[in-house]
Amino acid sequence: MTPFLALLVRDIRLAMRAGGGAALALAFFAAVVTLVPLAVGPDLKLLARIAGGVLWVAAVLAALLSLDRLFQADFEDGSLDLIALAPLPLELSAFAKTAAHWLATGLPLTVLSALLAVLFDLPAKGTGALVLSLLIGTPAVSSIGAVGAALTLSIRRGGLILPLIVLPLLAPAVIFGSGAVLAALDAAPNGSLLFLAAFSLLAVLLSPFAAAASVRLNLAA
Amino acid sequence: MIVLEIEGLSCIRGHRVLFRDMSLSLKAGSLLSLEGPNGAGKTSLLRLIAGFLQPAAGTIRLRTNEITAADPDERAALIGWLGHQDAVKPQMSVREQLVFWISLYGGGRDPCGAMTAFGLAALADVPGQYLSAGQKRRLALARLTLCGRPLWLLDEPFAALDTSGKALVAKTVSAHCAAGGLAVAATHEPLGLSCETLRLGVAS
Repeated sequence: MTPFLALLVRDIRLAMRAGGGAALALAFFAAVVTLVPLAVGPDLKLLARIAGGVLWVAAVLAALLSLDRLFQADFEDGSLDLIALAPLPLELSAFAKTAAHWLATGLPLTVLSALLAVLFDLPAKGTGALVLSLLIGTPAVSSIGAVGAALTLSIRRGGLILPLIVLPLLAPAVIFGSGAVLAALDAAPNGSLLFLAAFSLLAVLLSPFAAAASVRLNLAA
Repeated sequence: MIVLEIEGLSCIRGHRVLFRDMSLSLKAGSLLSLEGPNGAGKTSLLRLIAGFLQPAAGTIRLRTNEITAADPDERAALIGWLGHQDAVKPQMSVREQLVFWISLYGGGRDPCGAMTAFGLAALADVPGQYLSAGQKRRLALARLTLCGRPLWLLDEPFAALDTSGKALVAKTVSAHCAAGGLAVAATHEPLGLSCETLRLGVAS
């Protein structure tokens, strides 16, 4: 197995096992999303209109739930020192860990969203746009979140600061993501998905460098 | 063949000068024991050599037959690290962890020999959370031997180990040095091996 794959598989395994946070994120996502129709009431038209926004906000919050431990767990037990000395460049290690987070959290959230959309009476075309937008947008959530996680890895209870750093940066993803769902409902394509894809690509591309730099900074502390 | 050369190295941590203008040269096969009271800078020196910390002044060079590695990224490829933490994951079995680190360090080695040597063979399928502190240390040592790096940086290698574990460390380190490796160990206990000694925190 190549070093990159080894780290990717190991992180996915850790995320899936007890205390890993992947299942927790999914349960949190389902619980929050289920509460909204109960709170808003049985106005099906309204529910369909807000479905995109609610699911997107819930997905971002759920992903953040497991992001704070992305580097912190390895930092606390000394694994990060060993990862930093491995032949794999730290940028690629950061990318492997980010990809593992997306595969263990972002991708399952995307799949689950199709099921939860039923609670909002979201029509098929809206659900299609929602799933597509989450598929395109959740890599940006994992990537930008990874930078925040790397910045806060040495801070005790950094998980509380992480959302403050990351949420403003994720506003474009939420805007374009939920915008794409509304556009599909109104049958008025507005390019939201393209903007989302551009945003996501940029985030995925730049995040490993920013995350690796933050990790180096923290290892030197 | 590996040589560690340190020239004019100074280390400042939190506005405190830990050491200044340190120079040393270590040839292949030698073992350096770092001694000194708590806070003397033993771990900091190890982290400087590993490249985690930037020196306030001075250079650290590693020379092998092929390359002279001066910057941290080049040095990293030659360094085997045994930190004071064991880097053991509670959710992964002993074998899983060793297999992971072997793949990450790009060696096609077999973990079985090291598990037997460090008394972990019977624990191969036990998750890290059920290991005692000493067993975790043994796992960290097994990983160190499997990573196949010529310069070993050891931070308190004896921590949590029983008598046979300590003897095992001494045997492993002397075998590594005898095979042309190099080791720097920060320790409060005598290594029980012939070594050079560097005392930190005596001056200033």
